Amino acid sequence: MVKTDVVVIGAGAVGCAIARELSKYKINVTVVDKRDDVGGDASKSNSAIIHTGYDAAPGTLESQLVVAANPMYDQLTKDLDVPFDRIGAVLPAFNEEQFEKLPSIKEKAFKNHVYDVEYLSKEEILAKEPELNKDVLGGLFIPRESIIDPFILVQALAENANENGVNFMLNTEVTDIKVEDGAIKAVETTGGTIETSFVVNAAALHCDDIAAMVGKADYKVVARRGQFYILDKNTSCKVQNIVLPIPTKVTKGKLMTPTIHGNMLVGPTAEDLPDKVDVSVTTEGLDSIYADVSKMIPNVNIRDTITQYSGLRPNRNPEGLHVDVYDDLKGYVNLSGVRSTGLTLSVSMGKYVAEKMKEIGCELVFKDDFKATRKGIPCFHQMTIEEQEAIVKEEPLYGNIVCRCETITEGEILRAIHRPLGAKTVDAVKRRVRAGMGRCQGGFCGPKVIEILARELNIPTEQVNKNLEGSYMITGKNK
Amino acid sequence: MYKLECDVAIVGGGPAGLSAAVAAKKEGAQKVLVIERDESIGGILQQCIHPGFGLTYFKEELTGPEYAGRFADEAIELGVEFFLNSMVLEVNEEKKTILCVNKDYGMTEVKAKSILLAMGCRERTRANIMIPGARPAGIYTAGSAQRLVNRQNEMVGKRVVILGSGDIGMIMARRMTLEGAKVLAVIELMDCLAGLTRNKVQCLDDFGIPLYLAHTITKIDGYQRVTGVTFAEVDENKKPIKETEQYIECDTVLLSVGLIPENELTRKAQIEISRITNGPVVNQYMETSAEGIFASGNVVHVNDLVDNVSAESMKAGKFAAQYAMGTLPKEQKRIVSQTGDNVRYLCPQQISDSGENEKVSLYFRVLHPDTKVTLRALAGEKVLAAKKVLRVNPGEMEHIDFNTGDIDGNQVTVEVVKED
Repeated sequence: MVKTDVVVIGAGAVGCAIARELSKYKINVTVVDKRDDVGGDASKSNSAIIHTGYDAAPGTLESQLVVAANPMYDQLTKDLDVPFDRIGAVLPAFNEEQFEKLPSIKEKAFKNHVYDVEYLSKEEILAKEPELNKDVLGGLFIPRESIIDPFILVQALAENANENGVNFMLNTEVTDIKVEDGAIKAVETTGGTIETSFVVNAAALHCDDIAAMVGKADYKVVARRGQFYILDKNTSCKVQNIVLPIPTKVTKGKLMTPTIHGNMLVGPTAEDLPDKVDVSVTTEGLDSIYADVSKMIPNVNIRDTITQYSGLRPNRNPEGLHVDVYDDLKGYVNLSGVRSTGLTLSVSMGKYVAEKMKEIGCELVFKDDFKATRKGIPCFHQMTIEEQEAIVKEEPLYGNIVCRCETITEGEILRAIHRPLGAKTVDAVKRRVRAGMGRCQGGFCGPKVIEILARELNIPTEQVNKNLEGSYMITGKNK
Repeated sequence: MYKLECDVAIVGGGPAGLSAAVAAKKEGAQKVLVIERDESIGGILQQCIHPGFGLTYFKEELTGPEYAGRFADEAIELGVEFFLNSMVLEVNEEKKTILCVNKDYGMTEVKAKSILLAMGCRERTRANIMIPGARPAGIYTAGSAQRLVNRQNEMVGKRVVILGSGDIGMIMARRMTLEGAKVLAVIELMDCLAGLTRNKVQCLDDFGIPLYLAHTITKIDGYQRVTGVTFAEVDENKKPIKETEQYIECDTVLLSVGLIPENELTRKAQIEISRITNGPVVNQYMETSAEGIFASGNVVHVNDLVDNVSAESMKAGKFAAQYAMGTLPKEQKRIVSQTGDNVRYLCPQQISDSGENEKVSLYFRVLHPDTKVTLRALAGEKVLAAKKVLRVNPGEMEHIDFNTGDIDGNQVTVEVVKED
């Protein structure tokens, strides 16, 4: 039996940020996730934007957390070596109705303490974003809307938490939570019982199922699917800013933005689903993205797509972001309604939950040996020739290019596999070092990555999975 | 940094690179160096263990490795040098240098008098054609599956549906069947075959594998691994007809939906790329828009037969050697080749007229199948060449030859017209 002080359920952005925050204190923390890898569901399939909170509902917890989180990223991404860029967002208005909405958007931003929103004239907005439809009348600029590598963010939070003593139990599903005398006693999992006094439910899409285990499911999670296109780095039409549509009453709309790695990202849709697993893309969904975004950016070249994906936002019904603690259930913190702003607010949520934990009797004493920094995997194609020469001399496999499209070396893949919380699947390798993320989508490197994983993990190739348990890639040897 | 020097540097040791190396050496280039990213030469032919290669070039039927072996042996005999396990990162067109990396030699700079690009092509993916549905394991491009099965001895599935009737797809239908898998359907969006007719006969018909023309996959199911696909007939606008949807239970989907020339290096070197072929624009010497940089094979345009790749690359290698030796004819006039009726593209796109009367071959593909046609090359009203052909198919390349001395003006048009 595992004994710990706190169990965090869910290794997405929020779960890992909470774990990292708690790792600053002298307590034992265990993170449990049913997936094979950290990175969650929604945390790995979203628009990869760090928001400012300019458009949040003023005065809400969500607004407070997003607004507080945004400035934290400058230092955090330096400390944890996470690719991040404050490119800014433009909100173009293409008709009178939209133009007249600009002051109210700016006022709302002001109420959310986002004071740096600027008006842009037609000339200014076109200078900033030449690919905009020339019918644009003007718009707003939101300087601190930023882009990030969402995979690396979560990995970095998790790895740093792990280095500071947090235990991660992956491929482990929570089956029950034991309560005795109105207090948390243990968490039952497919990997055995974990004895604990505190549970933080950061299970996002499945947080209502977890809450039901302790009789606190007074809400439902509705999966709201968002489909996206990723376009080739060489696509004929690229934007420089995050281009956001003026929101309507119905939807926040579909955007186009560069990714931190130089691709273009276009989407998302917003479709409420009857289940929590369907991450399909649909022709209707993808067509609607083009229809909407091409109104703002007429030259967007969807034919340059290298992949399409969809993510599920864990929307809450009734709506709203909640962090609940209970008088009649000691040691339990329930997070719900963490939706599209979840990636951004994960880091402030970590701090918020830590304070909540103190409130409910968890003793948090600061560790003097907390290590705040983490180094990423050195990226061959971003180095100078001198650095490349040095690293190949040191680690010859850095001279073996495996992924042609993204120029990823075998050295990087080995590091991805052998670091703490290392990659065990093809997708886990891809999310750490981008092998297979380029235009051939693993056509060339996929077979090699399977071979490398089998060799390094000392398992038969039949046991190498794409991601989840059961997502095998090889069915056996030739006759 | 490790440094190498040569007369002709060739990027890629597949069929194009090997043929070009042989030709360059025969033309008299002193030092010819082939830079290859794989651990062995032969390129994609190494995984093409089926026969069907060499019928035009050698007048006999060889397997892929045998075909590559012929050129490799000759290249080695002629003294071509190889730099294996080396990935080219950059081609500098001005300095004629190539930056590459190798795990034993580290960062390496190759200085050459002329450079020949022979990087081949890659497969179009599921994303390129936007197949809706889930993204489970079990979806492979036909070429990746071929590598796994033929080079790594790994089987990729048991019940297989193949989308696209490209040659690799059809060949993999047979290969998977021979390895004990059940190939349930080959589904093709167009109303005609994408690959060679002989492959349909030898790989599908002989094994009773059903081919569905004018059909497409409308959905892939599965969460961890593929569990099935839905497919339907398409109307004349290539839109699926809902009422015709059928479902097949399967664990694997292979895609053979086209090839794209691999021109990352070419783009980086700012060499002009054709928007139709996705390969560099070349003249009859296979010289690109950058002087002294040549290209040949599938990196220029996707060929149907490796035999054509060899023929084209032999030319390219010869002219790259001439450039290195300073004997390549100088251009006096540039002639542009123009696509006429039922011609999708022409290669080369330009003809460099040096004043000498040279024989030039223009290779092309038709847009749609036809029978009893005349292929014609015209300079204005003047017919430069004409030949009657019984049958043309988009899956099969055609060519027409003429002499540069006969061209008046600066444009040549090629057309495929119905016989009167």
